[in-house]
Amino acid sequence: MAKKTVLVACGAGIATSTVVNSAIEEMAKEHNIDVNLIQIKIAEVGSYVDSADLLVTTAMTKTEYPFPVINARNFLTGIGVEDTKKQILEALKNSN
Amino acid sequence: MGNLVFDESVILLNVKGETKETVLENIARNLVDKGLVKESFISAILKRESEFATGLPTAGVSVAIPHTDVEHVNQATISVAVLEHPVNFVIMGDDSETTPVQLIFMLAMDEAHSQLTLLQKLMKIFQDEQTLSALVKETNKSNIKNLLEEKLDLRAFEGGER
Repeated sequence: MAKKTVLVACGAGIATSTVVNSAIEEMAKEHNIDVNLIQIKIAEVGSYVDSADLLVTTAMTKTEYPFPVINARNFLTGIGVEDTKKQILEALKNSN
Repeated sequence: MGNLVFDESVILLNVKGETKETVLENIARNLVDKGLVKESFISAILKRESEFATGLPTAGVSVAIPHTDVEHVNQATISVAVLEHPVNFVIMGDDSETTPVQLIFMLAMDEAHSQLTLLQKLMKIFQDEQTLSALVKETNKSNIKNLLEEKLDLRAFEGGER
């Protein structure tokens, strides 16, 4: 499986994306998925439109992207986090 | 990276305000008065909250984690505020849905992508209904300080810096 580029974004690129970034890193390792994680501000997503496979974000985005967008708030509150992880895994397995 | 300031001076109880703007300003103003952040921090926090909301519904008390860019910060700190009345915050990642927040952790970080362990421990607290409930009921700042120091492992963190 080719290496996947995952954007992890929040409003400031400071706090919540740091936590989500680490959670995905751990998850990828656990499932033996090779990922290239890029932690950015949501405003910077546009520069990665051509290279990314997935966007995981705690910020709201109304823009349409050519890759799936997954809301990562659950990583912070713990509520429904297993579902979110499943969603991310599915997205990583499906994208080419 | 400097040490994280965390003591009674950044713990606020019974914070008044009918809107999120008022309570955020009150909490941020205290940090400005203490010299921990620049004057610009206040408007930056308000602007960021309106663009990227930070309200988080939990299993118990809803919390908010307002924060903004590092250039407004002099000294890293986490300010904890218990509100007199819950105030509606827009939920993180949503555009209009709100949650009644009673506990605010205002993060003043002086370096991007830092403090991972601390942030992870903070998020753990959001999943700990008992601790959240204890925090909003507590009337003694030192007790809040001690509880959070323990939960966030701050004493060990400080020890490591020496």
